[in-house]
Amino acid sequence: MSDQIEIDARKARLSTLAKAPHARLLDLWQGFGAAPEHEVLRAPEIGTVMVRGRAGAVGAPFNLGEITVTRCSVRLGSGAVGHGYVQGRSHEAARAVALIDALSEDGQAAALEAAILLPLRAEAEGGKAARAEKAAATKVEFFTIVRGE
Amino acid sequence: MYVAVKGGERAIDNAHAWLAEERRGDTDVSELSLAQIREQLALAVNRVMAEGSLYDPDLAALAIKQARGDMIEAVFLIRAYRTTLPRFGASAPVATGAMACDRRISATFKDLPGGQVLGPTFDYTHRLLDFALAAEGGEVPEPATGAATEGDLPHVTSFLAREDLIQDEPEGPATPRDLTREPLDFPADRPLRLQALTRGDEGFVLSMAYSTQRGYGRNHPFVGELRVGTVPVEMEIPELGFAIEIGEVKVTECETVNQFLGSKSEPPQFTRGYGLVFGHSERKAISMALVDRALRWEELGEDDMGAPAQDAEFVLYHSDNVQATGFLEHIKLPHYVDFQSELELIRRIRAEAMAAQGDVQEAAE
Repeated sequence: MSDQIEIDARKARLSTLAKAPHARLLDLWQGFGAAPEHEVLRAPEIGTVMVRGRAGAVGAPFNLGEITVTRCSVRLGSGAVGHGYVQGRSHEAARAVALIDALSEDGQAAALEAAILLPLRAEAEGGKAARAEKAAATKVEFFTIVRGE
Repeated sequence: MYVAVKGGERAIDNAHAWLAEERRGDTDVSELSLAQIREQLALAVNRVMAEGSLYDPDLAALAIKQARGDMIEAVFLIRAYRTTLPRFGASAPVATGAMACDRRISATFKDLPGGQVLGPTFDYTHRLLDFALAAEGGEVPEPATGAATEGDLPHVTSFLAREDLIQDEPEGPATPRDLTREPLDFPADRPLRLQALTRGDEGFVLSMAYSTQRGYGRNHPFVGELRVGTVPVEMEIPELGFAIEIGEVKVTECETVNQFLGSKSEPPQFTRGYGLVFGHSERKAISMALVDRALRWEELGEDDMGAPAQDAEFVLYHSDNVQATGFLEHIKLPHYVDFQSELELIRRIRAEAMAAQGDVQEAAE
């Protein structure tokens, strides 16, 4: 059970970091302090992921097209391993995410949550909410004109 | 036949240098930044991403700048760049039912749950040039806001499916065929056709769709739903042992509800066409859905009307604008040897024909 909670937390963390704007992510990461000593297990690498859709939204999967992704893996002196995936092309961002992930696995999850994850999540949700509110204002209110006979 | 020719290096270098100068244009006019293209020519960026089959707005903006706004050239640049990258894997199919919608309309149900949400649309604009945009630094009006709807917007087809009024979408192989990895091969199943259509040339797919409306393989479509918004992209990460969201894409989805079919064993049901395209591109998504539906004639047991849009080989072999451009434009490259042989041939045939005519004339006299 606690394993699942840990997996869910890591999944949520990595998902937020992968979608964060690179410049903002790197700002917050630099604000957190100096990067810890680490060994690079997989140097930052730019590649793609094939995005799939489904026929009729619910049927057979098909290939929609690719997105660019950068990934990186690191190991801290303590042995904690971190994996970073970010959308787009940024070696620095992928390495920062791998380090944030490794440090979180190394007992610093709460501090990183407060310093980096919380603001990123709030900004992403704020952006989404702002668009949803603009969309709501464009919702059609139908009314029927009653014809006088 | 193409024969390698040497020479022309200096001319080519000079031509490219001049191209760079022409690309920049008048230097008294400030240079375009990639951010400007990305933010202010977003629909051009969307089209290059969709047809380039690579979602990366900054790269698409660079391609548009480098191509001087030639969209097919920009698509070509993106395709070429894509081939240099390793592929890390494939995502789980995106869940468009959970889309954060900017826009969502239905032409079939007025009062659908979640409502008709117009979003930032050109629809209902008067198509009059707005000269206020010609003046820079104009005030941008603040759009109105309203109370956002909680929860996901249900797909219109799900209402019809609940009553069994529309055909089921059958499951397919978990790993669909990929025409960027293997040559296009026929018969092409629906997943392969959808991949070709989503990356196909917008003009071509539009014309094919239009031809079905004008009677060449008519399939009576209603736009059940058109939605534009963002969906997360989730992928299983082997080193983690679970899936994470590795990104987010804006997509346009169109579901058409088409003429119904019935047989002795099954009561009549509506059928479906489907369009899903990177970025905000309604024309492309609707076109894709119409052509998808036309190409399904065989699996739905319809007649082959001989319409171009029903012919999978015709549609799929001609939908790719990079392939088409490559083959079309190669004929402007040197074909000196080819042409020399043609020239010699026609001289000989003419000489023989004229000699034969002379013989006939002599004989007549």
